[in-house]
Amino acid sequence: MIRQINRVTSVIVLLLLALIINLSYIQVFKAGDLRSQAGNQRVTLTEYSRERGPILLGSQAIVESTPTTDALKYLREYADGSTYASITGFYSMVYGATGIESEANSVLAGNDSRFFVDRLQQLFANREPKGGAIRLTIDPDAQAAAVKSLNGRTGAVVAIDPVTGAILALASSPSFDPNLLSSHDAQNIQDTYEELNADPKQPMLNRPLAMTLPPGSTFKLVTAAAALESGNYSAESTLPGPAQINLPGTDVQLGNWTGKACGAGDSTTLQGALEISCNTAFAWLGMELGADAISEQAKKFGFESEFDVPMTAAISRFPTDLNKPQTAMSAIGQFDVRATALQMAMVAAGIANDGVVMKPYLISQVLGPDLTVLQNTNPSAFGRAMSVENSKILRSMMVGVVAKGTASNARISGVSVGGKTGTAENTPGEPAHAWFVGLAPSEQSRIAVAVVLQNGGGATEVSGNALAAPIAAAVMRAVLKQ
Amino acid sequence: MSETISRYRVSTRRSAELALIAGAWLIGVFAWILVDSATGESSLGGWTSLLSAGILLLLTHAVVRWQAPYADPLLLPSVAALNMLGLAMIHRLDVAAAQRAVSNGSPMPTPDVYLQLTWMVVGLVAFMLVLSFVRDHRRLQRFTFIAGFSGIALLFFPLLPFIGNEINGARLWINILGFTFQPGELAKVALTIFFAGFLVSRRHSLALVHNKILGVGIPRAKDVGPLFLVWLAALLVLILERDLGTSLLLFGLFIVMLYVATGRRSWVLIGAVLLSVGGALAYRAFGHVRVRFDVWLDPFADANGAGFQIVQSLYGFANGGIFGTGWGQGYPQLVPFAKTDFITSALGEELGLMGLIAILLLFAIVVERGARAAVATRDPFGNLLAIGLTTVVGLQTFIVVGGVTRLVPLTGLTTPFLSYGGSSLVANYIIIAILIRISNAARAPEVSDAELVLRQDGTSDD
Repeated sequence: MIRQINRVTSVIVLLLLALIINLSYIQVFKAGDLRSQAGNQRVTLTEYSRERGPILLGSQAIVESTPTTDALKYLREYADGSTYASITGFYSMVYGATGIESEANSVLAGNDSRFFVDRLQQLFANREPKGGAIRLTIDPDAQAAAVKSLNGRTGAVVAIDPVTGAILALASSPSFDPNLLSSHDAQNIQDTYEELNADPKQPMLNRPLAMTLPPGSTFKLVTAAAALESGNYSAESTLPGPAQINLPGTDVQLGNWTGKACGAGDSTTLQGALEISCNTAFAWLGMELGADAISEQAKKFGFESEFDVPMTAAISRFPTDLNKPQTAMSAIGQFDVRATALQMAMVAAGIANDGVVMKPYLISQVLGPDLTVLQNTNPSAFGRAMSVENSKILRSMMVGVVAKGTASNARISGVSVGGKTGTAENTPGEPAHAWFVGLAPSEQSRIAVAVVLQNGGGATEVSGNALAAPIAAAVMRAVLKQ
Repeated sequence: MSETISRYRVSTRRSAELALIAGAWLIGVFAWILVDSATGESSLGGWTSLLSAGILLLLTHAVVRWQAPYADPLLLPSVAALNMLGLAMIHRLDVAAAQRAVSNGSPMPTPDVYLQLTWMVVGLVAFMLVLSFVRDHRRLQRFTFIAGFSGIALLFFPLLPFIGNEINGARLWINILGFTFQPGELAKVALTIFFAGFLVSRRHSLALVHNKILGVGIPRAKDVGPLFLVWLAALLVLILERDLGTSLLLFGLFIVMLYVATGRRSWVLIGAVLLSVGGALAYRAFGHVRVRFDVWLDPFADANGAGFQIVQSLYGFANGGIFGTGWGQGYPQLVPFAKTDFITSALGEELGLMGLIAILLLFAIVVERGARAAVATRDPFGNLLAIGLTTVVGLQTFIVVGGVTRLVPLTGLTTPFLSYGGSSLVANYIIIAILIRISNAARAPEVSDAELVLRQDGTSDD
């Protein structure tokens, strides 16, 4: 009987061991799987039960969690939500998080590894765990000016501090109110989301980062930079500038938007061509430089590269395998050239920063739950796009564009503003896109800006100077406190 | 002479027991404090409850010291720790229910922890009474058939009209004076006594081998009768009361005891065959058995319907992970029946895998110590009774914990000492009382003049 008792005991102990093995499987190996199951409310409840950290502009919180009395203990609140929606994103129990809410989730939720010591203290003090904070580079005045000037028209504004790459404004229009998607009312969230999603104006599209459009004449800055960098051209170099030129191998005639020649004797200078946005001169220049040289220059400004600001921006493209006519069209920002507003702002920023393109970023500081700074973002260079000398030349050419040329609406009294307009032909029959790319002040730039109004933002007469330049001027004035 | 006396100076380990009981009580107190501080509730009632639980445990220890000085020192502390952990979790779920009522604006629910505490009192008093009145476990053998009859009666009590009570589709409860009681829990104690008594007297004939098939000895046909009867009784419980858990437990218990009594593995084989036949019959005949089985295979197929309980339970375990969320910081209230059948997933969520391993080790200690008493006691009835009672605790733990973790199909059973439920607590304390009585007999020196002298000197205690 003793032997049998021992055997029975062993079997029972083995059964208990089987329980432990099975529990290890569930609680360790299968846990992640089970946590991510759609029907599991615990993840949401846990996230909402913690005070999620704020998103700050300076010392001002634009997003914060406020206590509630319902089962989800905290409500995410967005002050001036639609102004910052393209930056903050939303924090939805139905659709997850977007924007900074998603990219900086580990900090905001408080489970970032940098909080380890903090979490230990919380554990011992048995305090409620609390998330860390994110401080943004955004200048509230610039952002407000951008949103106000866009005034609901479909378009985007990006402003960058050229010296650091810090993004000062990132506006998308039309926008939406993230409060509606971050509420505790699942049905309401779903209804709002579906309504926004069905809106043909695409209010949830993050236009400055996600929308790539032909940059049109603003791309002439890249072509001009390539010309200067080739060493064969200066601002005074003479270029042919007839009313129209024949694209070789085709019977297509490319003309100027004025329909006239760009100067006396059908010729002009590089400076003059940029000032009046001479298509024929830049098309000729493009063919002379060759597709490879322009492509190389574009890449140095950030085309064909991916940027995480931390949201990942769409990659701007300069086409490959171009024949001569395609090269001519690409040199003036048409054909298959596609750029985001962020990319065009980076072109201006590179020119403004003595030729060095900085990596753009939105997060200036990561802060702990007690708002002590855990990490400062160190500005880093993407690369040198052009020489210091050539950048100075190009800047003064851009100043000429604003002072004497096509970008008169970007003028700010007492400030030397440089810029370039663009009116990009699009699908035939649809209004063109209105662009403006600029920098100020030209001597020591504090802001580089790009503005685009998609299909002119609904205007019948589309011109970069009429539509986009005033918006850029407003944003620049806000940053320069003019 | 001095050498002879020192042989009788057996260490009783009563002080160790006292220290461990104090530790068990402190575990419960700390758990309670953590629950209150994490949830922001402070219940003054908690302190009086904890204090009375502590005093009662001390009293129980004193009774063990007095009535069973040589008893195993680990059994009582282990189950006390489980009981205290169960109380803390029930309190924690009370807090969750209260907070939910506040946020919904619905009326405040009555906390269950005070009733559970009352049952703990009843359980410990039952423990002390059993220990005091059953001075020698061998006397229980006299009540073999009374235990058998009362066991069967208790088992089928809930079927009686008026006092029988059906809850959640199972007819396991009776109502007496406003209390609901699950007599099946007491039945398992009575039936273990009956099985032990019956098998001890019949074990030699049951061990006879009629012939061999494939090297396995097959018992005589007429000896299969008792096993067949128990099998039928288990099936009846399943059919009439829809109690899968008790049915499985009783049948498993009988097979184990039959095997231990006869030493014949063939009984286990025959039992396994009968179990499969019964299981297959039940699966074909009863919708509720079929549903349980299908949910076991794939709970996510109907995660919001039949599979809801087990799916929520698995979510709880997953949320706990290795170290758990901590007392009061998880969402154990999301699992249905978290205080009763699913208390393991509540504990798994807040204490994590580490906490559950600790809890299962406490059960393993109870099993090991029970088995040790079974081996060490000197009479066959005691051997059988002790291993039977140990099996009841171990097997029930396996069936219920395995059920909520989807290791085996889910059957409704309470987790010994942890779950909310008075009958279970009282029955399990009686089981421990009998095991302690047997372990005392096993460890006590044989009565001799020398021991009598020592007892008169009052020095038998350390």
